[in-house]
Amino acid sequence: METIIQINQVYKSYEEIRAISDISVDIQSAELFGFIGPDGAGKSTLFRIMATLLLPDSGEVQMAHLDTIKDYKKLRTKLGYMPGRFSLYQDLTVEENLNFFAGIFKTSVSKNYHLIKDIYQQIEPFKKRKAGDLSGGMKQKLALSCALIHKPEILLLDEPTTGVDAVSRMEFWEMLHKLKTQGITIVVSTPYMDEASLCDRVALMQKGKIMGVDKPQKIVDLFSKHLIGVKAKNMYGLVNKLREYPLCHSAYLFGEWIHFSSEQEVVKNKLQEFLRSKGIYDAQMQNIQPNMEDSFIDLMTQNIIE
Amino acid sequence: MKTILYLIQKEFLQIFRDKMMLPIIFAIPIMQLLVLSYTATFEIKQIELGIADMDQSVTSADLISRFKASPFYIVSVIKPNYQTLEEQMQKGELEQIIYIPTHFEQDLYKGSEAPIQIITDAINGSAASLMSAYSMKIIGNYNKDFLVKEMMMPKEYINIQTEVSFWYNPDLNYKTFMVPGILVLLVTVIGLFLSALNIVKEKEIGTIEQLNVTPIKKYQFIIGKLLPFWLIAMVDFIIGLLLARFVFMVPMLGSVTMVILVAGVYLILVLGMGLFISTISDTQKQSMFISWFFVMIFILLSGLFTPVENMPVWALWLNIVNPIAYFIEFMRLVLLKGSTLAHVYHLILVIAIYAVVMIGLATWRYRKVA
Repeated sequence: METIIQINQVYKSYEEIRAISDISVDIQSAELFGFIGPDGAGKSTLFRIMATLLLPDSGEVQMAHLDTIKDYKKLRTKLGYMPGRFSLYQDLTVEENLNFFAGIFKTSVSKNYHLIKDIYQQIEPFKKRKAGDLSGGMKQKLALSCALIHKPEILLLDEPTTGVDAVSRMEFWEMLHKLKTQGITIVVSTPYMDEASLCDRVALMQKGKIMGVDKPQKIVDLFSKHLIGVKAKNMYGLVNKLREYPLCHSAYLFGEWIHFSSEQEVVKNKLQEFLRSKGIYDAQMQNIQPNMEDSFIDLMTQNIIE
Repeated sequence: MKTILYLIQKEFLQIFRDKMMLPIIFAIPIMQLLVLSYTATFEIKQIELGIADMDQSVTSADLISRFKASPFYIVSVIKPNYQTLEEQMQKGELEQIIYIPTHFEQDLYKGSEAPIQIITDAINGSAASLMSAYSMKIIGNYNKDFLVKEMMMPKEYINIQTEVSFWYNPDLNYKTFMVPGILVLLVTVIGLFLSALNIVKEKEIGTIEQLNVTPIKKYQFIIGKLLPFWLIAMVDFIIGLLLARFVFMVPMLGSVTMVILVAGVYLILVLGMGLFISTISDTQKQSMFISWFFVMIFILLSGLFTPVENMPVWALWLNIVNPIAYFIEFMRLVLLKGSTLAHVYHLILVIAIYAVVMIGLATWRYRKVA
């Protein structure tokens, strides 16, 4: 495995606000790497630095053995960048957008058609439609096609699935896996924890810092607490009561279950008894496996304590 | 080269896709030229005149008939009463009042002084001075004729004979003066606004990000952005010249080829300025207001409506950076006076240097790495 992206102690502030600090990550060639973190974690800033659009205050980034500051001109031909905000020409058609971006990269759609075929075929029936009139999912496919048309070595996708429906999101990730097999290194950012498990490796980001870099499963394994899923009719009341339980470490609502975690193993009957004494009689409980989000919240709370 | 072509193709696709753009770019300037050229007039026609004839004599009637005969006056009231006339002027019904006092005829024949009062509505200063000048001339001519005819004074007795001739515009046709100026104005506004809004629009919708990560070079980007608007503004300019020649019959004494070539350079300057504004603003709104601010100042200082020579010294200094002033002067000199390259090369030089500076500034401001 060859290291294709080296991010070395990168700092960036906007006036007084520190956007990212001390970011260092190595990304391997043909890896699908994810930056996971909530809004405002500094993901987009990092992506803009990698895309040669922003200069870091200090530190350096090497992409495909080229420096993002000194060799930005050469580097740009090897990068495909898809900003978080849809930024193709809304008043041009699907076809015109694609031809334009192929043209300015001094290539043609037919030359690299094999790269985008799977993706582009899905929007090809609408090629005479203006990009602005496409649905969210189709816009993303077009943007990905445009970012791929010059056969980049590295693909930078900044929150590609934000605002896209669940089905399109799954399709999108399938496409990324296919692209990976073509040898393209893909760096993606997302605020959705469930997408983290679809990456080869992830970096968890919080407040401009990286809290951990590892395989998704390893990050989940970091979760050392005991986890019980609890549910009742009055979920809000239940969360509050669970947090009052002496052994409680955290209690968060995930979908239909409340994830109750504790340092020591909690006997369900005792917890049930406690809840009854607090007036909750319909609590259901089951053992659950921790997921990425549990791990993330755990890491996040540790971070705050530190 | 191919990259530039792709950029230009894209710009034209976008311009012509927008259904409102074509009329804005072509029909509106033509309409404005046709309409404004008739309305932006300096001629004082149809002066509403009221005469307070207190004398009611043959002589006063004779003088009044001179005013009636003049194409510039509409003698709307003749009354032996001054009060009502003043009220009418107050209401705006009269622009000028001529007061002929009693004993006017008597005084004239006696050979003593016969005063006449001219009262002019001077809200519009330049119009007022023109109106009173017209009236004085009519009265002066009458005086001269009176001396010769009635007082038997020999014609030779009147020493100073003024013979006035108007050069370059013998018919005093204001349109030949205004049309080239208005044309300059229109292409300036079109060029400046189109280019000032363009890059900033790409910033607003975020497409600039996508362009910035491509290997487009600065010069390719600038040319790709400027050329489409340059072509549009040139087409506008040439249509305007044709209208000036065949609709307004503006004489074109100098070289029209030179005018078109210099217009090409001038438009580079205007587009460069627009591009510069575009790079310093973050939203189309900002860009619009900055452009409008400069256009207003440039127009009012340009000498289009008022002669530059009459402006205060600081305004003349401001005009050093006013591109419109240079180009309007150039147009008027070449078209109306038939000036040749030798007469106007200093203007061309300034326009050319200015164009280079503006393009340089725009290129410098447009940084690909933010």
